[in-house]
Amino acid sequence: MPDHVIRIEEASQRYPGSEGQMRTVLNGINLRITRGEFVTIVGPTGCGKSTLLRLILGSERPADGKVLMNGVEIREPDRNRGIVFQRYSLYENRTVRKNVMLGLELERFFLFEPCFRPWRCREKQREFREKADNYLERVGLLEHADKYPHQLSGGMRQRAAIAQAMVMQPEILLMDEPFGALDVGTREAMQVFVLEQWRQDHQTIIFVTHDLEEAIFIGSRVIVLSHYYSEDDGSPAKGARIVKDVPVAWPLPRPTEVKHTREFNELMISIRREGLDPTYLQHIRDFDLSHADAAWWDTKLGWEKQ
Amino acid sequence: MRLFKVNAQPGKAASRILPLLPFIICIIAYMITAQIRHQENPKDKLVPTGKQLVDGFRRSAIEADRKGEHRLLVDTIASTRRFAIGVAFLFLGILIGLHMALLPYADLLFYRFILFFDKIPALAVLPILFIVFGLGEVSKIALIVMGVMPTIILDTYLRAKAIPREQVTKALTLDASHLEIIYRIVLPRIFPKVLDTIRLNLKAVFLFLIAGESLAATAGLGYRIFVVRRYVAMDIIIPYVLWISLLAFLADLGVRVWIKKWYPWVDK
Repeated sequence: MPDHVIRIEEASQRYPGSEGQMRTVLNGINLRITRGEFVTIVGPTGCGKSTLLRLILGSERPADGKVLMNGVEIREPDRNRGIVFQRYSLYENRTVRKNVMLGLELERFFLFEPCFRPWRCREKQREFREKADNYLERVGLLEHADKYPHQLSGGMRQRAAIAQAMVMQPEILLMDEPFGALDVGTREAMQVFVLEQWRQDHQTIIFVTHDLEEAIFIGSRVIVLSHYYSEDDGSPAKGARIVKDVPVAWPLPRPTEVKHTREFNELMISIRREGLDPTYLQHIRDFDLSHADAAWWDTKLGWEKQ
Repeated sequence: MRLFKVNAQPGKAASRILPLLPFIICIIAYMITAQIRHQENPKDKLVPTGKQLVDGFRRSAIEADRKGEHRLLVDTIASTRRFAIGVAFLFLGILIGLHMALLPYADLLFYRFILFFDKIPALAVLPILFIVFGLGEVSKIALIVMGVMPTIILDTYLRAKAIPREQVTKALTLDASHLEIIYRIVLPRIFPKVLDTIRLNLKAVFLFLIAGESLAATAGLGYRIFVVRRYVAMDIIIPYVLWISLLAFLADLGVRVWIKKWYPWVDK
């Protein structure tokens, strides 16, 4: 059995829409993710990228289908899947260091233990502090450890949020448009930063973004989610599907010049056409699902799960 | 006219003097009135002179009365005690609101009820409180709690509801239990804000305190004012009013300093 940390089988999600009807957001998503992959999910606005991420996180359950982690259905967010949001990842009442230490404390202490048994906790806390400082050093924030989040710039805040999630050493790190609110320069620096982190320990990362260039540059596998397609009989699409699932293999460490190569631009053009162009409706059988883990569509068998 | 410009920049002298000006005007106006009235009728009781006020304050604060008690001290202790117990109950209100906001079942069970309860004018049920709890301390504290606690509960509730959902989800990924989310994530985040609401409601606490004391008590700042009213003892009433205001001001200042010192991240 291959080492698939995440398996999604025929997952659909519907929300109540206007006029009391249900609106299908995701339709029959099949996805398998191997340990150590850096998966980026990209797609047009409102295609359900974040919904898919929330299904994996466990803060939402699918209407149909299954979302499994290591073969066990995901029911609630837990410590095995860390998350970095675009905003609100840090607790503004804690300093950066305390934010990073928070997970360790929550995991090891029971509710009011620091109040009841301070002598015992102080020793542990020293250990947590050391561990937190290691991660802060890794993200280059050690000298800002005693600042509050409101005293940091947007990029620094996201680096702190990444340290806060990584200190728990989760099996998977989920990121929901983490750099969406940053300016262009900071954003590129953060992309390089995240790649550097990934190069060090090949943490499994699932990264949602609406920025196509970012998705192609940063990932080892690009998944395009879109509702701009048509069923094979020509009827209109119902909910977003994975319309493209391809490996990308830029070198590591990855210079940002990669973005100017011909292959990079060709991939960008094809994704823009197949995923982001509302007038170009691909048939399901024509989806480019060339990644080794992708489920492919067979006209006779339906979705084939290898 | 500079006075009517929204972007006026007052100078140093103006920023020093202008805030004091209304105080000075009030004091001078009072003193002139007292002067005039005492010239017409040296036995005037309605507007005692400054000297009489000081004398009245001295008699209440420093000299012992017939029972050998220092009245102001006794009254202040009695009122402060009721005030403190009332405020302690308000902190209980924080916990109630917090649970209502975060536990959906508690929300369903209590939210409507508290919303309705909040609308009952506490003073209107004061007779009921006196009948049920008697004329002792319990009814006076119950009045404070009935009058102010629903506000605190609802304020806490709304603030806890306003915490971004992401922060709760994030806490779950950091291995927080559901109780830890309530007490270690949400409570510390909203606490200074709720403290500020309590500060703003201290005025209401004093209001209910004095209302309760005025009807039935044997000591207390509000009690004293209403007792000496029978003798039109303005030389006692006015120092008492100023004393109560000073205490209220200090309580307010104390909470503001507390928030500023311990929660530097608030409002940033």
